[in-house]
Amino acid sequence: MLELQNIMKCYNPGTVNENLIFQDFNLSIPSGQFMTIIGSNGSGKTSMLNLICGNIKPDQGKIIMDEENLTIMPEHARYKRMGRVFQDPAAGTCPSMTLLENLSLADNKNKAWNLTKAVNNQRIEFYQEKLKRVGLGLENKLDEIVGSFSGGERQAVALLMATITPIEYLILDEHTAALDPKAAETIMQLTAEIIQEQNLTTLMVTHNLKYALGYGDRLIMLHQGEILLDACGPDKSELKLNDLLNRFFEISIEVGNAI
Amino acid sequence: MTILIGIFEQGLIYAVMALGLYITYVILDLPDLTVDGSFPLGSAVCVALIIAGANPVLSLIISFFAGVIAGIITGIIHVKLRIRDLISGIIVMTGLYTINLIIAGKSNVPIFEATTIFNNDLLKQLPESFKPYRVLLVLIPIVILCKIALNRYLHTKSGLLLRSVGDNQNLITTMAKDPGNMKILGLALANGLVALSGAILAQQQRFFEASQGTGTMVMGLASVIIGIRLFARIKLMSFPLKVILGSIVYKAIVAVAIALGLSANSLKLITAILLLIILLIGEHGKREKAKQYD
Repeated sequence: MLELQNIMKCYNPGTVNENLIFQDFNLSIPSGQFMTIIGSNGSGKTSMLNLICGNIKPDQGKIIMDEENLTIMPEHARYKRMGRVFQDPAAGTCPSMTLLENLSLADNKNKAWNLTKAVNNQRIEFYQEKLKRVGLGLENKLDEIVGSFSGGERQAVALLMATITPIEYLILDEHTAALDPKAAETIMQLTAEIIQEQNLTTLMVTHNLKYALGYGDRLIMLHQGEILLDACGPDKSELKLNDLLNRFFEISIEVGNAI
Repeated sequence: MTILIGIFEQGLIYAVMALGLYITYVILDLPDLTVDGSFPLGSAVCVALIIAGANPVLSLIISFFAGVIAGIITGIIHVKLRIRDLISGIIVMTGLYTINLIIAGKSNVPIFEATTIFNNDLLKQLPESFKPYRVLLVLIPIVILCKIALNRYLHTKSGLLLRSVGDNQNLITTMAKDPGNMKILGLALANGLVALSGAILAQQQRFFEASQGTGTMVMGLASVIIGIRLFARIKLMSFPLKVILGSIVYKAIVAVAIALGLSANSLKLITAILLLIILLIGEHGKREKAKQYD
């Protein structure tokens, strides 16, 4: 269970650029839930993920993960039980290292970083099996430098790297947004498979309403730091693309963008 | 011939320092100016120990660890106190000038008669014809040892993590490790090698001099970039080896410049201009490639 309790977050308080993101934000995500998050730019989606991951700290309120207070935990320590895939495919891999080195790096998460050999040849078969599933032929590119891969390939590697060790929570920050439609589709399907297999509690921010509706068992829509729509289970299954578009439309008029 | 031997001697001594700079500049992508202070620190510690009667090899090892401490201090100032990398280096470098004087006692300390790794009973038994190569005979194994050790280290789990810090710092955070601590480790290792290089130089030249470290960073950087650019196409050559060869090439270029009539006093100016030229020719936008490590 991941809980955000009474979160208050304000950027540049007391200046002309003051930007109140959250005033009294509350959200709880039960273990095993796959939640998709939509909302317009500046609605607080990414800020929410950053608060959970620790890039930014709340001004007030608490973030609790299974009764553990994350609020006071340093950023890197939070990732012991958490994986994250970013929008930028370059953010999830080391460009100057080979695919094999990248996977070895990820594979060693939460283990000792000692003076034994970095690449364990006995794991190669395991990596190849994982890569084969992606269906991009990456299993034959283990010795190639990841910097030379395409965006889709890199994002697939990033996703595998984030989930290769046992984690409980997966944070997806618009991770298909920078990809072409075909690559996005591949990555999204792979994501869903991994989430189901490993039973990961997932938060997925997306601008793709089709993905937001088609995947996961809960959908929330954020607007100006508040939850405008929260649909779970059967309620979510009944949601239609038009319902979401209409809500976006309403917001748009509210903030003065008359058409 | 003497000139050639001199080039190799100097090139190999400074190659150890260049290996250190390779760690900070290429692997960590972090400009570290501490080296201008940790190089003479190694020299000062080594000279002080030898005067006190310590074993020359042991003195080298202790000098290495003195450099490690200097690197850790820079790292802590940069990472924990959040001071910019360049400034952190300058602070420690400046402070070290005084520390070095305290360790050595004064600004110029000779050890002409002392036993060193280049001047001992074992080497005196060498046949007369080998005498001119005596320094090289000692240096080559030391440099090879440093090269192999660094190479091996970079292929360990800890080494892999170090390499990824310069490559993608964010990723290290998601690997549940603090990238800051890895930076401190890298700076420690790098400055250890730099101090070791200073200690070897002190034993070879048989003195400590407070200004021995001036321009170390620029010199090392020139060596690293020459080596990586010059041998860029040779895929099978490891980067540490390229850096070592770069250091020798750099010393050769300086020797040629002096042979052409430039005075030894203009050495630093030559280095500065040389580095600028190298950066303009080879470096532009190719940094990423140079980071690829095999």
